[in-house]
Parts: sequence; C-alpha cells; structure tokens
Amino acid sequence: MADSAQRVARRLARVLVAGLALLGAVAVLVTLLSIVNGYDPLRAIDALWRGSLGSRYALLSATLVRATPLILTGLSVTLAFTAGVMNIGAEGQLLAGATATTAVAAIAGSPRWLTVPLALAAGGLAGAAWAFVPAWLRRRFGVLEVISTIMMNFVALYLVGYLVRGPLQEPLRIYPQSAALPDTARLPILIGGTRLHLGFAIAIAAAAALWWGLRFTAAGFRVRVAGGSPDAARSAASIDVGRTAMRAFLLSGFLAGLAGAIEVTGVTYSLYENLSPGYGYTAIAVALVGSLNPILTTLSGMLFGALEAGASAMQRDAGVPSVLATVVEASVILLLIGFGAARVPISRWRSSRAALRGRGERAVVQDAL
Amino acid sequence: MTDAIGSFLDATIRTATPLALAALGETVVERAGMINIGLEGTIIAGAFGAVVAAALLGVAAAFATAVAAGILTAVVLAVFIVSLRADQIVAGTALTLLALGVTGLLYRTTFGTTGVALTIPTAGSVSIPVLSSIPVVGRALFAQPLPTYVVYVTVPALAWWLARTHGGLSLRAVGENPSAAVAAGVSPDRVRWLALVFGGALGGLSGGTLVIAQVGTFAEGMSAGRGFIAIAIVALGRWSPVGVAVAAMLFGAASALQFVFQSLGWTLPYQLFLALPYLLTLAALAGVAGRHAPPAALGRR
Repeated sequence: MADSAQRVARRLARVLVAGLALLGAVAVLVTLLSIVNGYDPLRAIDALWRGSLGSRYALLSATLVRATPLILTGLSVTLAFTAGVMNIGAEGQLLAGATATTAVAAIAGSPRWLTVPLALAAGGLAGAAWAFVPAWLRRRFGVLEVISTIMMNFVALYLVGYLVRGPLQEPLRIYPQSAALPDTARLPILIGGTRLHLGFAIAIAAAAALWWGLRFTAAGFRVRVAGGSPDAARSAASIDVGRTAMRAFLLSGFLAGLAGAIEVTGVTYSLYENLSPGYGYTAIAVALVGSLNPILTTLSGMLFGALEAGASAMQRDAGVPSVLATVVEASVILLLIGFGAARVPISRWRSSRAALRGRGERAVVQDAL
Repeated sequence: MTDAIGSFLDATIRTATPLALAALGETVVERAGMINIGLEGTIIAGAFGAVVAAALLGVAAAFATAVAAGILTAVVLAVFIVSLRADQIVAGTALTLLALGVTGLLYRTTFGTTGVALTIPTAGSVSIPVLSSIPVVGRALFAQPLPTYVVYVTVPALAWWLARTHGGLSLRAVGENPSAAVAAGVSPDRVRWLALVFGGALGGLSGGTLVIAQVGTFAEGMSAGRGFIAIAIVALGRWSPVGVAVAAMLFGAASALQFVFQSLGWTLPYQLFLALPYLLTLAALAGVAGRHAPPAALGRR
C-alpha cells in the first residue's frame, strides 16, 4: 500500500515537473522571440497568465473548456498505447464523431434529455467506426495502424470538407459550415455566467471510469498485459491478444469520437473543417505527460488546456503567434521520451507480426549473410 | 488525345517527384530498421529552408538549404531514436509537430501573420535533347525540373547499392538482424545515423521541390500529408527502390486524375480526389501486407 502511494506521489511529481517545464519552455521561447521580433515579453507572459489561470473566468471558460477535448482524446491515446496499439488517429476519430453528432442533432427535434444523449452516443459510435477500419486492417492483414490511422485522419478531414459544402451545409449556402445546432442539442452550462459545459464533467467521469476499468476489471487486466508483454499474455494467461487490442482500439476511437461530439454540442454548435486545432495530435503529448494513467492524463489535459488557452490570449493581446504552443508541446514530448521520463510500451506489434508472417530465423540469417 | 495523354503523364510525374524523393529516402531508413514518422516534418522543414534561401540567394542555394534543413530534422530524430533509444513512433510524431510549429512560427514572425503572398524565383524545366522530342511521352518524362532527374538517377543507383555493395549489405543486416550485424563488425548505431541523414537529405529535397519547382511560395503545413503518403509508398513499393518509384507514379497518377476529370467536364466533389491517395494507400496496404514482410527489425529499439 505504502509502495503504491509512493508511486502515485512520484508520478504526480512528474506531472508537476512537466508543468514547470512547459512554463519554462514558454518563457524561454517568448523571450527569444521578443529579442528577435521586438515583442514585449512581460506583456506576452502576462497575457498568457491572464488568459489561462489568472482569473476564475479564464480558468472556467477558457482553460477547462479547452481541456475537455484534450482530456478525452488524451484518454483515447492512453487506452490505445496501454493496449500496445499505436493509434495516431484520434484526430480523424474526433472529426468523425463531430460529424455524426451534427447529423443526428440536425434530424432530432425531440426534447433535450433525449437529443443530447443520442447525439453524444452517435459521436462516440462514429469515432469507434472510424477506428474500426484501421483496427480491422491490422487484425486481418497486419497493416501497421500507425500509417492507416494517419490516412484515416486525412480522409476524415476531406469528408468534413465535402459535407459542409454539400449535404450538411447551412441553409443559406454561403459559409462552409453546418447549420447551428438547435438549442435542444446543446450541452447544458455547468456554472452560470461561464462557458463551462457538461462535457467537462463527462470527461472527468470517463477518466474515472477508465482508471477503474483498467485497474480493477478482468478486461482492464487483459488490456494491460496484452500491451505490456504480449507473449506472456498469450502463453501464461491465454489472452487473445489480437481481440483484446481490437476492442481497446474501438473503445479508444469511441473516446475520441465523444471528444468531437462534445466539442460540437458544447463549444462550436456547428461543424466545420477547422473544428479541431490538432487535438488528436496534442493528445499524444497529453497522454505521455500523464504517463498513460487516466487520472494523471486528466491533470495533464488541464495543463495543456491552460497552455493553449494562454497561447490564444497571447496572440490576441501581445501579437505572439499561438503556434508557439505546438512548438512547446513537441519539445515536451521529445524531452519526456528522450530522457526516459515517459515510458511508452515500445511498438511491440513488430515482433509478433514478424512471427505471424512466418519470416523466421532462416530468412533473417539468409538476408544478413 | 495524345495531348491529353501527354499532359496527364506530365502531371503524374510532377506530382510523383516530391513523393518519390521522400519515399526513396524513407526506403533507406526503413531498410535500416527504422520508421521516420517525422518525414512530414522533414519535408516542411525543407520547404521552409528553400523559400528563405530562394528569397535571399537564389534557386541553387534554395535546393542546398532544403537538403540541409531536411538533414537537420533527421539529426534531431537520430539523437532521440538512435542515441537515446526513444520510441520511434512517438519521437517521429513529435518531430512532425515540432517542424510544423517552428516553420509556422518563423514564417509568421518573419513574413507576418497576414501571410502576404511571398513569391520566389522558381526553377524552370530542363529539356533533355533528343529524348524530350519522343512523341507523346517525351516532354512529360524529359522536360521536367531538375529534381525529377535526381529521382531517375537515384532509383537505379540505390537499387544497385542496396543489392550489390558491402555498404548496402550492412544496411540490410542492421534492418533485419542488428545482432548479426554487430557480430559481423558493423555498428548498427552508425549505420542508422547515416541512413537517417540520407533520408533527411532526400526528404528536405522533396520539400524544396514543392516550393521551387511547383508552388513558388510557402504556406504553413503545405507538406499536406506528403510525408505520411511517402511512408505508405515505401510499404506499397515493398521496400525496393524500383517498386517505390512505381508506387510513387501510381500516386501521382491518382492525383492527376482530377485534372482529367475536370477536362472531361465530370463534376465530382474535389474532396474525393484529395482523399483518393489516402484511400488508395489503405487499400494498397491491405493488399500488400502479409505477402511481403517489412525489414524484420523495423520499429524496434
């Protein structure tokens, strides 16, 4: 017990260190940029602070709202990576979810208590369906999901691009976006006077459920073993690694789809191409900083939410390009994996797949000689 | 009709050139047992390097800078995945984010957020005497910008090098069985470093080609997924230089189809054509996988 408490404390410390590293990286980058381009660094950092954590309103209406899709996609990546599935497709699954939710919300005229759950469920299922293609290709043909999920991201982007100029375009047919969602399909606001919506609570609940599921259920055990040491899972625990990975992949897609559904019903109220500023890719950083633990991933999602909200404010008030946040995120991922702070279950699919294809020792030796 | 075929082929080669360059580099990287998911970042870095150098110094310097920028990203990746043994997939994804972010940041701070169209001198086509006057296909194949000829030369050279030289054997040994390579006195780390640098050089040239030989300007994220398509092309081309070149042509042809359809007056949503290469990749991967194995140590630390 004491041992596990210690481990939790150590991991918590890691998230805090990562947070400090984020702030430090931002400060260094802003200062460098200021020297080159003549921004006022103090003004930029002040804007960063006021736009993220500096006030109750910024925290509730900017940081936590921005954190919601990051937490959900972060959980999606956490689950996939834990299961040994390199799902880089949260972005496409999010867009698929947002699309299905928009379509369902446009049709449904029913009361809110029915429309909202229907729309959210449709989004989650669409995300899972979008993940099904690479999951099936992996299981049936051994296609590397790293490549197939990225391909699916682009397909989703162009599909949304077509739909918002075609079947789902707003009635006036001027803007490339869907009609605004009816009030009955919008998520309720949690705290009056802010923009914090029910989606944040759903994200927290999803994190708790995933934490509990991974830790205390048989299915969670299978996922962890199948991802951690597939050979042991197969021989010692008779786990069907392929099926376990497939199910985790689909649930991972569901979480990402839910993120898209919540973004549409809670924030944008309409579908358009640039709905996601790369949430699905930032999710990888979120999950790694959260060391693939659902609870810590939630904290890490809030951290990145603060960073992105602050970066937007910095662009608005001090003219510093908000793409700075991307640079910081990428640096944080590299530093964490480079210096061993974040352990990713190494892409183990390789070893089992080579065996699957019957490329045995003989072929290897022949090639090597 | 022959005109239509000629221009279809011309568009095919034009689109295929940057894809082929990046994919040939990635072939070497993957034959050494690595996967550079950051190739997208390498290409965008090359494109940015090219546009800056072209604006300041001219076309020749632009190609050199594109190659140098590509190598720079490869060095970053090599430090993390070869020297520090970090996970290749995650490091590569971070590299893409980093390169997209840094180029976007530099572009906006240097040229302004409004994105004033920055036009630069572009490289014209170079016609090869005699060959370019072959009817129908001559101009399409032999009146292209310089990078296309780099592809023509690289494909046979690389195929020969991989199959027939000691260096090529060492590279393949590192990709298939690193411990056997060590036993034979080859340092896997050194080979992988060099493979990544080579892949970075060609990836950077690919980005430079986009800017100097095609678009004539820079836009944030203009690599538009070509790095990922190139990785798919390598799998589709079964990790052989000739196969990769053919696969790149196939992708070029798929993109060129939209011009054909436009000229025929068929109105299909243009997003379908934009999505076509990615759908084709998925279908092709499913068809190719299982029948031909990638290098055995691919993706392993």
